[in-house]
Amino acid sequence: MIAETYAVIWYLLVGVLLAGYAVLDGFDLGVGGLHLLARGDRDRRVFLNAIGPFWDGNQVWLVTGGGALFAAFPHVYATAFSGFYVAFILLLFMLIFRGVSIHVRSLRAGAAWRSFWDWAFSVSSLLASLLIGVALGNVAWGVPLTAGFRYQGDLWQQIHPYTVLTGLLVVAMFLMHGAIYLVLKTEGELNARVRTWVRPTIIAFIMLYVVVTMATLLYLPHMADPFREQPLLFLLPAFSVLAIANIPREVHHGREFRAFLSSAVAMLLLLALFGVGMFPELIHARPDPALSMTLHNAASSTKTLQTMLIMAAIGMPLVVAYTFHIYRVFQGKVKLDSMSY
Amino acid sequence: MDVVLLSRVQFALTIGFHYIYPPLSIGLGLVLVIMEGLYLKTGLAIYHQLARFWVRIFGLIFAFGVGTGIVMEFQFGTNWAQYARYVGDVFGSPLAAEGIFAFFLESGFLALLLFGWDRISKRMHFFATCMVCLGAHFSAIWIIVANSWMQTPAGYHIVETAIGPRAELTSFWAAVLNPSTLDRLWHTVMGAWQAGAFFVISVGAYYLLRRQHLEFAKTSMRVAFVVAMVASLAQLVSGHDSAVTVAAHQPAKLAAFEGVYETGPRADLTIAGWVDETNRTVRGVKIPDLLSWLVGFDAATVVKGLNEWPESDRPPVQLSFQLYHLMVAIGMTLILLAWGGGLLAWRGWLFERRWLLWIYVFAVLLPQISNQVGWAAAEIGRQPWIVYGLMRTADGVSDNISAGNVLFSLILFTLIYLALLVVFLVLLDQKIKHGPRVEDMPRTGEVVS
Repeated sequence: MIAETYAVIWYLLVGVLLAGYAVLDGFDLGVGGLHLLARGDRDRRVFLNAIGPFWDGNQVWLVTGGGALFAAFPHVYATAFSGFYVAFILLLFMLIFRGVSIHVRSLRAGAAWRSFWDWAFSVSSLLASLLIGVALGNVAWGVPLTAGFRYQGDLWQQIHPYTVLTGLLVVAMFLMHGAIYLVLKTEGELNARVRTWVRPTIIAFIMLYVVVTMATLLYLPHMADPFREQPLLFLLPAFSVLAIANIPREVHHGREFRAFLSSAVAMLLLLALFGVGMFPELIHARPDPALSMTLHNAASSTKTLQTMLIMAAIGMPLVVAYTFHIYRVFQGKVKLDSMSY
Repeated sequence: MDVVLLSRVQFALTIGFHYIYPPLSIGLGLVLVIMEGLYLKTGLAIYHQLARFWVRIFGLIFAFGVGTGIVMEFQFGTNWAQYARYVGDVFGSPLAAEGIFAFFLESGFLALLLFGWDRISKRMHFFATCMVCLGAHFSAIWIIVANSWMQTPAGYHIVETAIGPRAELTSFWAAVLNPSTLDRLWHTVMGAWQAGAFFVISVGAYYLLRRQHLEFAKTSMRVAFVVAMVASLAQLVSGHDSAVTVAAHQPAKLAAFEGVYETGPRADLTIAGWVDETNRTVRGVKIPDLLSWLVGFDAATVVKGLNEWPESDRPPVQLSFQLYHLMVAIGMTLILLAWGGGLLAWRGWLFERRWLLWIYVFAVLLPQISNQVGWAAAEIGRQPWIVYGLMRTADGVSDNISAGNVLFSLILFTLIYLALLVVFLVLLDQKIKHGPRVEDMPRTGEVVS
């Protein structure tokens, strides 16, 4: 029973870390996706410096989430990363390119240099978002696990209509989040242009949201089971629709920060929906769901989960406190100065 | 080629390339704390200029370290899935702890360090510098904990589960403070301090040779020489302690490092030489009895030789021996360079001797090489084990990936890392040639005191 409780707690905590990653790195990945739409060097520098102080810390949520997955559910870590080998290696390359391009892009003046790193930044941001979405889609759709959680993955089998849709959903979600973030950080003419990007990204997000939800209900009925059992859970999608609908309203009234918060809430609710649908599975197995990896059969020992919980209880409040403080120091519109990217 | 070999080459390549950057961040982090601390204490404008310039260099190094570092954390899953399953219960926690306690701290406060100059007070900025430096050191702690557990596993037991046997945690502190953690932590951090210090010294010497930024260069070098002197001497002690620990807990590794085949007392220490693996002997310059004496402060101390183990349980002897000896030789050279240069710089003589300055320009490579070969010796000397005495490297590799996939990633890593290295060197060269800027001086009226 105690073992069960700790496994459930870590299921939630890994989810919280990955949701933290989505909400925080999501906006800077989105800014990356929109980067090439900025015309002219100055506007592009504004974009880079809008995320400049934050992207690095945001990415740590992924690194820590990966570490927590390794420690709490080593089998899931092992099966997922080796099974999605090519996809994850590509994701790693994208993350390397992204980090380097943000930092080095403005260090030299040449037009070719800057244009190369602009493209590297934008393409790697889009592809990284897509790959994350494809991976999530596969986890939900199910992969052919055999006994012992062995999964001989193949990139071309991992890309099919459902996972492409979840990939595009994540791209659209991050673009929406990034566009709203840019509204928050830019001013003047650029701000006026950025505002026009909010609506199309929201529309793309909602359309994909609807399509993916329908596909999930049709093809992955097991994801809907928890909702049938506990109808109160339908409040999650209801609130998420309300949060999305609230975004254009807040933008219209010039309450940019509240628009950004709405977008964050909408994303969190969507991820919660995903988590509830998956629970207690971590990787769905098909064709035989009995072979699925769950928090019961793939977790670490209770001793390890307890130890980790103590570490998280000491460390994470500190992290949240100083992260919050750092965001406050850099709040407001972007101003370029001699230390900027 | 098989998956095991390809995965090992890929791990070696990715960690080797990554490990150019973290030692510089750790060492330079400390130098930054000293420089900014001196500015707060003395109010002298020169220290402000120093801190601003070196923070820019730090930012560049950090960006490359972060990018290449993410790869490391996920490679245990992509290429070493069997290992991850077998030891994840014990080995995963330090990696998670590294994220929680080190990476968040480093990257969060780095924002203040790089972009916060005009937004926060001087004291707050100094605090941020300290936190970044602390975060860099914390990351060293947790990764050394993880790696030391692979060298001298402790605090676990083997449990039979539905999926097969695996190592499970019995004592967190026994696993964290396993027999080799503290020695190896000390040893690694001192290597990092040397890397940072000699980097600053090298840039300073370069400016002096170009007769540019004289005051800036000399002050940078003085600060860095102090760090280099402390670190190089401490490295002698930590190196010795590490070797004694290896002798006690990984005797086959020590035997390979020193090229000892016959077990016995009065073992010789080879200063430099060549292992004749067919005749099981080492040719070279030897000091009688010294190895026994170093391991146990007594020439009668018995040192186990490689003959104790079957061939299949021995690490590659020649490679371990040469890498280890190169590391030691460089370590000794660095003591000479740090103390010789430090004393000459204190007297001001160093700054006038161009030939000496040239030596210090290139000395930046020495800690880099010794850090690389030292790590390689530690890892190759552990072979054929991935966890010493517990799991063989060949058993740790992912059994569900194809050689073709690993070859694909290995080729891409090689190409991308080569390109990144060029980009890094070009940008570093540009930043160094550009030198400190006018706006790095504190604005008028901003000088404290």
